[in-house]
Amino acid sequence: MAVDMNMNVLIVDDYKTMLRILRNLLKQLNFNNIEDATDGSMALEVLRTKDIGMVISDWNMEPMTGIQLLREVRGDDKLKHLPFIMITAESKSENVIAAKEAGVSNYIVKPFNAETLKSKLVSVLGEF
Amino acid sequence: MPAAKKTATRMAKPAKKAVAKKPVAKKLTAKKNGTSRARKAAKVVGKVMKSVKGKAPRTADLFAELEALAKYIQDAKKEIATLSPDEVKEDFLPSASGELDAIIQATADATNLIMDSTEQIEEVMEKLDDEHAGQLMAATTRIYEACGFQDITGQRVTKVVNTLQDIERKVDRLVAVFAGKSTGAVKNLKKKPASKSKKEITDEDLLNGPQASDQAKSQAEIDALLASFD
Repeated sequence: MAVDMNMNVLIVDDYKTMLRILRNLLKQLNFNNIEDATDGSMALEVLRTKDIGMVISDWNMEPMTGIQLLREVRGDDKLKHLPFIMITAESKSENVIAAKEAGVSNYIVKPFNAETLKSKLVSVLGEF
Repeated sequence: MPAAKKTATRMAKPAKKAVAKKPVAKKLTAKKNGTSRARKAAKVVGKVMKSVKGKAPRTADLFAELEALAKYIQDAKKEIATLSPDEVKEDFLPSASGELDAIIQATADATNLIMDSTEQIEEVMEKLDDEHAGQLMAATTRIYEACGFQDITGQRVTKVVNTLQDIERKVDRLVAVFAGKSTGAVKNLKKKPASKSKKEITDEDLLNGPQASDQAKSQAEIDALLASFD
């Protein structure tokens, strides 16, 4: 099935510069609709009020972290099937294992490049 | 060498010799069929033991040494008081934290300026032919990727700020200990984190920020780890 490039992609990061970088890189990859949030709780509000097709989230945020957001998403009947990519500087094995156990779709370690971002999007969504 | 250490060394040496040599001397003299070399050695050890006993500290000497040790501790307390821990806490640490916060802000401002200009370039790209637009697109992508430094350096600086705050708390407790304000403070200083088994990893344990480059896992290693679940 073709990837819907008009779906709403929710990007979550407490660094506004990173939100802007992600937004620009996703636009270059032809994703047209991007929403953002600066922590997990704000992201949950967006997820419960808008029709979001995919989440790309940082881990280390306050008050709600990315892993807590992931658990909330996977525990919610309406949201549990959403593709969820963690994009973080946390690169320890324990983090990757915890994310996988919580149901992450893919994991990108910062600093990352556009090629890595695209390859992970393709592995989660399919070719676009 | 600090006075206390010297005192401790002086006091410890005779006792150590006495304990170490006595069993050897006994063993050598008790050996009835020993060689002449062993008998000679037993004689020497016996002489050493006599001389050591002669030098053993008297009670009065011990009191003098303890008095010196107590004075040393009092002096150390006075010295720590003159270090002005309040100044460290109220001026130096907040000032250092403020400077680090300013670094984060400055890098964020510069990164936003760079991205403002890059977005303007992208607007111009729309008016160009595919070949030139493609070249500019590749260049702007690299710029966006490079701007990611702000996020990483920001997280590293935040770790340093957190460390400074931790030092601040420890200085607080140290001051409390020397001022005799809190008996609990001594316990807190000695307090060690409880050891955890692998299953007890909390969410807080997973918030470490960027790793040093020689310790950080690469994307390929993370991909391999993820694949091991499949």
